[in-house]
Amino acid sequence: MSPNMFYLLASILFSIGLIGLVSRKNLFVLYMSIELMLSSVSLILATLSKVLGNADGSVMGLLIIGIIAAEAAVFLAMIVNLYRAKRTLDSDAFNSLREGAFND
Amino acid sequence: MINWIVILPFISALVMGIVYLADTKAKRYFFYTAVGVGTPLVMTILSFVLISQLMNGAVTIHGTLFQWIDIGDFNISLAFMADRLSAVMISFITFIGMLIHIYAAGYMKDEEGYGKFFAYFNLFMGSMALLVLSDNPIMMFVGWELVGLCSYLLIGFYHQDRANIKAANKAFILNRVGDFGFIMAIAMLFVSLGNTGFTFESIQANIHTLSPEMMTLIGFLLFVGAMGKSAQIPLYVWLPDAMAGPTPVSALIHAATMVTAGVYMVARYSFLYVEVPDVGIFIATIGAASALFAAIIASYQTDIKKILAYSTMSQLGYMFIAVGLGAYSAGIFHVFTHAFFKALLFMGAGAVIIALHHEQNIFKMGALKKHLKLVYITMFIATLAISGIPPFSGFFSKDAILVAAFSSEHYVIWGIGTLTAGLTAFYMFRMLFTVFYSQEKADHTLQKLPSSMTYPLVILAIGSATVGLLGINEAYGGTSWINTFLALPDLKFHLSFAVEYMLTALNVTLALLGMGLAYKLFASHATEPETHTLWKNVVINKFYIDEIYEFLIVKPLLLISWLIAKVIDPRIFDGFINLNVWLYKKAGFVFGKLQNGKVRYYALYILTGVSAISYYMLMELGVR
Repeated sequence: MSPNMFYLLASILFSIGLIGLVSRKNLFVLYMSIELMLSSVSLILATLSKVLGNADGSVMGLLIIGIIAAEAAVFLAMIVNLYRAKRTLDSDAFNSLREGAFND
Repeated sequence: MINWIVILPFISALVMGIVYLADTKAKRYFFYTAVGVGTPLVMTILSFVLISQLMNGAVTIHGTLFQWIDIGDFNISLAFMADRLSAVMISFITFIGMLIHIYAAGYMKDEEGYGKFFAYFNLFMGSMALLVLSDNPIMMFVGWELVGLCSYLLIGFYHQDRANIKAANKAFILNRVGDFGFIMAIAMLFVSLGNTGFTFESIQANIHTLSPEMMTLIGFLLFVGAMGKSAQIPLYVWLPDAMAGPTPVSALIHAATMVTAGVYMVARYSFLYVEVPDVGIFIATIGAASALFAAIIASYQTDIKKILAYSTMSQLGYMFIAVGLGAYSAGIFHVFTHAFFKALLFMGAGAVIIALHHEQNIFKMGALKKHLKLVYITMFIATLAISGIPPFSGFFSKDAILVAAFSSEHYVIWGIGTLTAGLTAFYMFRMLFTVFYSQEKADHTLQKLPSSMTYPLVILAIGSATVGLLGINEAYGGTSWINTFLALPDLKFHLSFAVEYMLTALNVTLALLGMGLAYKLFASHATEPETHTLWKNVVINKFYIDEIYEFLIVKPLLLISWLIAKVIDPRIFDGFINLNVWLYKKAGFVFGKLQNGKVRYYALYILTGVSAISYYMLMELGVR
């Protein structure tokens, strides 16, 4: 089976994640977009592991899945805290690092 | 012991300064007098011990205080060296300094800053000792600057008057011009000879390794320093204004000691100047010009202290004639005798000024002979000495200089010197006759002079009359003791006694003529010079030199400063910087828009950046 289909799938997944990250405002959607991009990278690692006949890529992919799980815990906790601070999930509301914010 | 001569006055200056600053209002007359006058007394005793050791055979006496700078090859010690030249200098400086300190105790008695005055005065004594006794050019320069500082502080002693501050600044700034030459010369000496040690003795030993051009340049630059300190053309204009200080200051600093530092320096570097006689002739020419120029101005001055100031400048001119033509001993001898009679003249003038309640115009004095008998007699002796009437001290030293000028065959310099000798007699006796003879002016209620002001006059009068005997030359049956003792590299001249007698007769005749003319014009009736002819107008206004300097140097400098401060700096330099600031502000405004705090945009920037790097890697670096 040609690996090209897997590359294509990974690219599509990555692009969907990227576009979602840039175009959407909801923090949960942003979170899911990032997860999607990470998963697409795991997919490429697994594919290449198979193509090259080397287990390293698969191991790394499994590790990434483990890290994603840990990250999810942190990310969700952050979102809860951000919601408590501003009572909104709109990412544009959290802009206190913008130019001139210091002087407000 | 030699260390203590230098350290002691600095310590007492420090102590008096602290005590004065602790309470500036307290009188403490006894304390200041005891410390202020005691210090030069001890210095004098130590100096006499020093010179007696040298007379008994010691060649040089050394003393090292500590290593000041020690960087690789660059070693400067705070070290002292007394050879015969510096021992003679320090002896008369401390002796006359002591007398002037005693005199000042009387003169300054009722002044407010009595303690401050003596602190400065002792500081000056220490600085002068450092200048004279230093064993390397760098420490000599430190002393040179310190005496300049003391001169500045003491000229501006009556700082309530703005004119005095101006005079002090003028002295300081003009001396900086001279010091520039001095420090350049030291730097050049160090660059060329510093690797073989940098004391006067090692420089003297290695001077032959220098090229003649280098020696000429160093000799010239050193003399620029001397011009400033010793008030020679063209850097003399500060000296007459320096008379703004108290009279003891004029006597000590601006007549007897500091202003002769230039002559001392030329004599100190005589080993260099004998190699470059051309520079010597230049020095002698400047000296002769200054001597004549100052004598002409002095003949029309009305302020008693200014007459003496110009007279000092004129006598310094004589000293430079001597050292320029290679007669170093004669120059130092004149420094020595001049210190006595000029200090006496200034102190006598100070006594007259005090007696007349601070009147300085000689034409408002008159017929003081019977009121101030002692001052009159002592000043008469000093005037005879400065005019070169035998057997007073000035006769021998001035004669030695003129004989040297004649026998070195520089007849123009000799002629100017001889003419000036006559003029000297004229203007000095003009002052003397106007003050002590002439007609009685408004009835004076004279202030009584304290004995501390009169006894030093007597001692100095004895000195003025007799110290010349130390230098009687062979033509008059002496042995030129001082020349032999100083052992400077004098050029030897051979002149028959007959010619020398004729020269002497000429000098004495001219001096008597000047004296007679002054007697005729001023003894019975003296009136202030009027400005009705062009010549008198020019001379009374001191040849307008101050105005010319003002026009040529001060005004252009102010104009350039104004141009830089008001046009070039704010418009051009600040303009360039302000343009940059404006550009950064605009750029910041544009880039600030990118930082909007929205996380989606940041993700977009990352995407753009990653894409650009990927594109570069694929297309340009060919990564596959």
